[in-house]
Amino acid sequence: MYTQAMDIPDDSGKKLAAVSNAPSEQEAAFEARIDADGRIEPQDWMPEAYRKTLVRQISQHAHSEIVGMLPEGNWISRAPSLKRKAILIAKVQDEGGHGLYLYSAAETLGTSRDQMLEGLHSGKAKYSSIFNYPTLNWADVGVIGWLVDGAAIMNQVPLCRCSYGPYARAMVRVCKEESFHQRQGYEALLVMMKGTDEQRAMVQDAVNRYWWKCLAMFGPPDADSPHSAQGMRWGIKRISNDDLRQKFIDATVPQAKVLGVTLPDPALKWNEARGHYDYGQIDWAEFWNTVEGNGPCNKERLATRVKAHNDGQWVRDAAQAYARKQKERALKEAA
Amino acid sequence: MNTPALKDWPLWEVFVRSKQGLEHKHCGSLHAADAAQALHMARDVYTRRQEGVSIWVVPSVAITASNPDDKGELFDPAADKIYRHPTFYEIPEEVGHM
Repeated sequence: MYTQAMDIPDDSGKKLAAVSNAPSEQEAAFEARIDADGRIEPQDWMPEAYRKTLVRQISQHAHSEIVGMLPEGNWISRAPSLKRKAILIAKVQDEGGHGLYLYSAAETLGTSRDQMLEGLHSGKAKYSSIFNYPTLNWADVGVIGWLVDGAAIMNQVPLCRCSYGPYARAMVRVCKEESFHQRQGYEALLVMMKGTDEQRAMVQDAVNRYWWKCLAMFGPPDADSPHSAQGMRWGIKRISNDDLRQKFIDATVPQAKVLGVTLPDPALKWNEARGHYDYGQIDWAEFWNTVEGNGPCNKERLATRVKAHNDGQWVRDAAQAYARKQKERALKEAA
Repeated sequence: MNTPALKDWPLWEVFVRSKQGLEHKHCGSLHAADAAQALHMARDVYTRRQEGVSIWVVPSVAITASNPDDKGELFDPAADKIYRHPTFYEIPEEVGHM
């Protein structure tokens, strides 16, 4: 059930914090269910840290879907054909929908839409750093579908088995729709690769700019992500950052070959012994710099998002006023 | 950020019937000012790929749910009543399918 209306009362957090030192009966039951690979539902008791971790992760995920509309939205009016324009509109609309599924899932944990939007708009909450890079040419739109959505799918498929029921169910829906996103991007690039030298150069340029950023999307190396272990223990995270990254690379190399582009990593090489591709060093300083708000588009993305929200205020007010009026009219007629 | 309107938009649960003859199934929730807007938004959010032929929206506050703490009392009594299942009964093989 996607609702916070009958959720645990607000003061539960304080009470739980007080008893959390000695494992209570509730805590034991929670742990047992996690161990049995069972699912946690909104009304079930859960440790405060589990709740907090989920609220942070799901709301960040939702923010990423919403901000993710911006780099592609830039290209709707400049898509090269009516077909590509219709496809892009459908994709951007999907992203908005994904944001909504995820906000709803987070709301079952006792946070509100307003709190989450306030977190995003004030810059307190994070979203995927990949959207803080510019989309310079049409090939970027294809590359976002192929690589960015491809990386997102790698991340999201294991989340369909997340221990928190509403999050897992939202991810099932998201993953079903996401496959179209990746395929449309790859196909758009295939078309460009069959075009002129200039078009092929555009695709290669877009791949060069996005490849390393996509690898960073999986997060810091396992050795540097202290929270990962707890997330794995709780069944929130199922596969580690490095393992997902490796899976993505292994899946993408053959796709790049078919497309006819070079992935910009001289160290990228099949390792027979490991049964995986080896790859070079990711620039984590650059990644963290962007996460901290200093990427090329952080300020612009946030400003665009806040403006869209503020510009829509009158629509929300009008809908509210209309609903109130209709209710009053119905009451009057009944009297 | 001042968004009083959004705060006042109640939460609705959305149920979609995927095709004629099947039941409506819960598929998610959304905020909307009133029932008509909730239906409209549910169409855009949950049926972009012909997932449904009918939508219900229900104010979330109108739903009464069983308490998870009562799970034992409510559902355990059914556990030892295996005679409620057809497999409890042994029927001679020559009778065939029954």
